Amino acid sequence: MAKPRLGVFKFSSCDGCQLSILDAEDELLEILDRVKLADFLEASSTSEGAPYDIALVEGSISTEEEVERIVRIRKESKMLVALGACATSGGLQALRNWSSLGLFESAVYPEPKVARSLEKALPIGDFVGVDFELRGCPVSKAQLLQFFAATLRGTKPRLPASAVCFECKRAGNPCLVVAGGTPCLGPVTASGCGALCPSRGRGCYGCFGPSDDTNLDSYASWLSAHKIDRSTIGLLLKGANSQSPEFRRWIEKND
Amino acid sequence: MTRRIVVDTGPMARVEGEGSLSIVETGNGVPEVRLNIFEPPRFFEALLRGRRAEEVPDIVSRICGICPVAYQITSLNALEGLFGVMVDEQVRRLRRILYYGEWIESHALHIFMLAAPDFMQVPDAVAMAERDPGLVKGALTLKRLGNNLVSAIGGREIHPVSLKIGGFYKAPSKEALTSLLPELDRLRGSVQRMVAFVSSLERPSLERETTLVCLHDPEHYAIDRGEIVSNQGDRLVPSAFEENFEEYEVEYSNALHSRTKRGDSYMVGPLARFSLNYDQLNPAARAMAREAGLRPPIKDPFQSILVRALEIVHALEETAMEVKEYEEPTRPSVPFKAKAGTCYGASEAPRGILYHSYTVNGRGQVESAKIVPPTSQNLARMEDDLRILAPRIMKSGADEARRLSEMAIRNYDPCISCATHFLRLDIRRT
Repeated sequence: MAKPRLGVFKFSSCDGCQLSILDAEDELLEILDRVKLADFLEASSTSEGAPYDIALVEGSISTEEEVERIVRIRKESKMLVALGACATSGGLQALRNWSSLGLFESAVYPEPKVARSLEKALPIGDFVGVDFELRGCPVSKAQLLQFFAATLRGTKPRLPASAVCFECKRAGNPCLVVAGGTPCLGPVTASGCGALCPSRGRGCYGCFGPSDDTNLDSYASWLSAHKIDRSTIGLLLKGANSQSPEFRRWIEKND
Repeated sequence: MTRRIVVDTGPMARVEGEGSLSIVETGNGVPEVRLNIFEPPRFFEALLRGRRAEEVPDIVSRICGICPVAYQITSLNALEGLFGVMVDEQVRRLRRILYYGEWIESHALHIFMLAAPDFMQVPDAVAMAERDPGLVKGALTLKRLGNNLVSAIGGREIHPVSLKIGGFYKAPSKEALTSLLPELDRLRGSVQRMVAFVSSLERPSLERETTLVCLHDPEHYAIDRGEIVSNQGDRLVPSAFEENFEEYEVEYSNALHSRTKRGDSYMVGPLARFSLNYDQLNPAARAMAREAGLRPPIKDPFQSILVRALEIVHALEETAMEVKEYEEPTRPSVPFKAKAGTCYGASEAPRGILYHSYTVNGRGQVESAKIVPPTSQNLARMEDDLRILAPRIMKSGADEARRLSEMAIRNYDPCISCATHFLRLDIRRT
């Protein structure tokens, strides 16, 4: 059987999620041995081009050129995977969506000519169909490896859909909100990090975006019972995943 | 007058971020060299406005997935300076170890996955592994150690979560770090082979004068902080950075370029550090430098790959010492009170000086931010190097012309993702 053709692509982003592939030092050579590396600009000068069996896409869409490029990659790919928070829910650069880009850009370029930025930076899924999402800012290396292991076996990868709260409880941490009134997004954020922040005594700041069936209104009233106000919640949600439907809706309604 | 395109790389491989290079023979004897950075800007300086000072390290971290620690520590230098925070000595040590981890990871990535394929004339590290699996596996082990150091202290390799104004949210136990010592010692024992390999690579040469700029810290080969020094005799506190170095726009690039106030391009990064802080380089690294025939100052940019290898040796040795001297601090952080004012910070990212400045208001919110990454400081120097190399490049066949020009750029290990995220924000209100 021919090896699946892999493409790794970068849009507006920090490079961290595709670096996570190279950071799988123990597994990297084995993974790359099982695929045909068709395009991975950061790691290889080989550029075979389309078609792709698996396209991993990092970054959000923030210029007209990027819109054209993601539409083309979608057409050329069997399976398109959004890799990380920028691709799944906008990333930090999407915070400009609540400001006027005009102000940002004219401040930067007295006569804008090179950067033809779109008014908003948006997730990949706002432009094309996405077959699978790997969440996180950055993605979890363990989830990335689970994805490769399943996909290369021809099965569908399954990732947990529960909240950080569950991982936190399993780690035996006292609840930061209850015990100390520390703002924490753990109850509404998807797991995957292993409750890194609460295990260090700091509130979760939402790297993995909304968990399944999250109820932000109920969460907000629970936090207000612990004297944490809505503006604090708004600021926390305005992080790397602000363009996920759940977070975006709450911010638009309340902030 | 006829124009001949000598090199047009299109989107360039094995650099971080998106850029291309074109060299055009113009017919008047002066080739046109353009590093076109088309990575879209992400407007971080604007995004920071209105955010709380405490959030800054985690926001600026997202500018670069390769050197997030550099961003976090530089922002802490600035903000802790403003708030009058004095961090515990063990906390500073822990920050240095974290930063050494990032140097090791970033330099190993550069040497073996981004740069070495040029010398071996293969497309990537996978093809290198087919020829010499031991070499690539050894490189990955080295890279993994760097990542393990960052994870042990920061919680994860990319965008670590433990740093905060005043120290750390939580400091690792002594055991969490000493458990890395066996692997560290093993690599210290085998790293000489890695240096010998890099030293054996046939490197082109480029003799030219240049201004070299880096930080100098009286106590260490500068990494987490220091004063700005140059081979032109400059000696400046970080707050004087903007008076002495200026950014300017070029019409074909999304990244600003930099020059000294004297008007010349300059170079930051490993060569500057090696040349100006050589006496503080760990003796093991100095011994290997002598063996490889390197003596400061070094201005030939094609030696950068070897100097990065020597900086890995330095980082391994210093980390081993620092880990042995580490004691879990009695308190991982000290409390602070936000104050209004403008602050400045600098540190030595793997690619060179990273400069931050923030103005914070009375409510502890960022009013304005300015960030100058090493890659944008190096862009003008890269173009100057290519102008000098142009006659050699123009004489070569197409493939060799492209290889030589790309190597001249990779000498700087450019991080284009960083370079475009900092754009001047002179708000002109009308």
